[in-house]
Amino acid sequence: MSLPPAIAVTGLTKRYDQVLAVDAIDFTVERGATFGLLGGNGAGKTTTIAMLLALLIPTAGSIRVLGHDMARDRFAALARMNFSSPYIALPGRLTVRENLRVYAHLYTVPAMEARIDALARDLDLGALLDRPAGQLSAGQKTRVALAKALINRPDVLLLDEPTASLDPDTGDWVRSWLERYRAESGCTILLASHNMAEVERLCDHVLMLKQGRIVDRGSPAALLERYGRADLEEVFLDIARDRRAAEASA
Amino acid sequence: MTGAARRIWGMLYRHLALYRRSWPRLLELAYWPTLQLCIWGFTARFIATRLGSHPAGPALLTHAGSAAMLAAGTLLGGVLLWEVALRGQTGVALSFLEEVWSRNLGHVFVSPLRPAELVAALLGISLIRVLIGVLPAVALAYFLYAFNLFALGPILVLFFANLLVMGWWVSLGVVSLILRHGAGAEALAWSVLFGLTPFSAVFYPVAVLPAAVRPIALALPSSHVFEGMRAAILHGSIVWSQMGWAVALNLLWGAASCALFARQFRIARERGALLSIGE
Repeated sequence: MSLPPAIAVTGLTKRYDQVLAVDAIDFTVERGATFGLLGGNGAGKTTTIAMLLALLIPTAGSIRVLGHDMARDRFAALARMNFSSPYIALPGRLTVRENLRVYAHLYTVPAMEARIDALARDLDLGALLDRPAGQLSAGQKTRVALAKALINRPDVLLLDEPTASLDPDTGDWVRSWLERYRAESGCTILLASHNMAEVERLCDHVLMLKQGRIVDRGSPAALLERYGRADLEEVFLDIARDRRAAEASA
Repeated sequence: MTGAARRIWGMLYRHLALYRRSWPRLLELAYWPTLQLCIWGFTARFIATRLGSHPAGPALLTHAGSAAMLAAGTLLGGVLLWEVALRGQTGVALSFLEEVWSRNLGHVFVSPLRPAELVAALLGISLIRVLIGVLPAVALAYFLYAFNLFALGPILVLFFANLLVMGWWVSLGVVSLILRHGAGAEALAWSVLFGLTPFSAVFYPVAVLPAAVRPIALALPSSHVFEGMRAAILHGSIVWSQMGWAVALNLLWGAASCALFARQFRIARERGALLSIGE
């Protein structure tokens, strides 16, 4: 019997009073894939991720993560997922090691200290472990956030703009690390990003969102071919500005 | 350790680690109980001295002096026990606010930590805060005013437990309001239970209150605890009916508070408030 997909979303809708933030979207993320959510500000990316993490209850539709219905059995799925976002911090007065211990307990990670040491080696955190998390640079905080997100060896990893506000060198380091980690672990990654080069490099499949709706989807290569563009940034601008429709009518 | 116990310990560890490296937070725990004790202790000593030197003669002097000492005892007992409720309430609410202030709530709520486990951890932290905050004041009351709270005997455990539980259900109400209204409601963390002080009969009997507000006082477990405390100090007797009322009211208010928290938590998840609660 085949395993259920990592993520299966059907008719997912979120309405806040008069605002339709996400409008009946459907998508499936296969296990081991890296899946990108693309869209401008207010497209519905963060709302979708919040619903996938059960932080937000959908107005309609269903979400299954690793076969678990998030409306009824979210804690079974959450134990096998994790999340990183530059917009959600870790307690700044706690050291990196203390923060990782807290989350190792919350995710009931066995052999906690060995796991922290392994992550420290992997993410080059050795010198940072006993420093308060609030005193780290943006790049160091990103590495610590990744360590927190990997503390439970998640089967599904959700990343909201993982390289936002990082310098190009650190951003490239994070992207290379994610590529290697996915190849080694077989983990499914869903990332939301504004960085088109990042999405093109990391993702097998991309979902383009605009005003809460899916406006296109496919592999980066297929999207480039379909839009006749050289990079995803141009594709993004075509969609965001309805450039193709404008060109056709001209 | 079971999964639930480990997750609760994770949240306890988070706060213990915070206190371990933040002496201002530790100082704050004992600051208010000690300050209150000093203010009321010296006030009680002043009143006892004045009554003790009443000009009506030696017989009255003896009688008034001993009554004044008992009155001072009820004042000090009231201060110390009311601090249990106050510190219990702020302990839960401020521990929750620590997560809001550190913008960490998102990580906590996407972990497998159940809401009930979060509440259990907040209650545990609150108990630790109460012990750290109130025990120095209890010791100070003994050394400064020769008032021994433990002389109340085993009934003290019931007084302590009822007031702590009352602080907890009030704080769950405050956390519910923070979930509903965001950090804009954080001032309530310090003020709500303070506002119940006049109705809690901490320093005077319920009978002193105007008839119109007595029902409010009698609906609070604290008024029954303090009536019981006065009976124990003044007459050396345990009024079990008062304890029965306190326990029953705590169960009632506690259930209502849990229901409110569960409802507000769900509404927060519907409105997306867990993402923007710090604003």
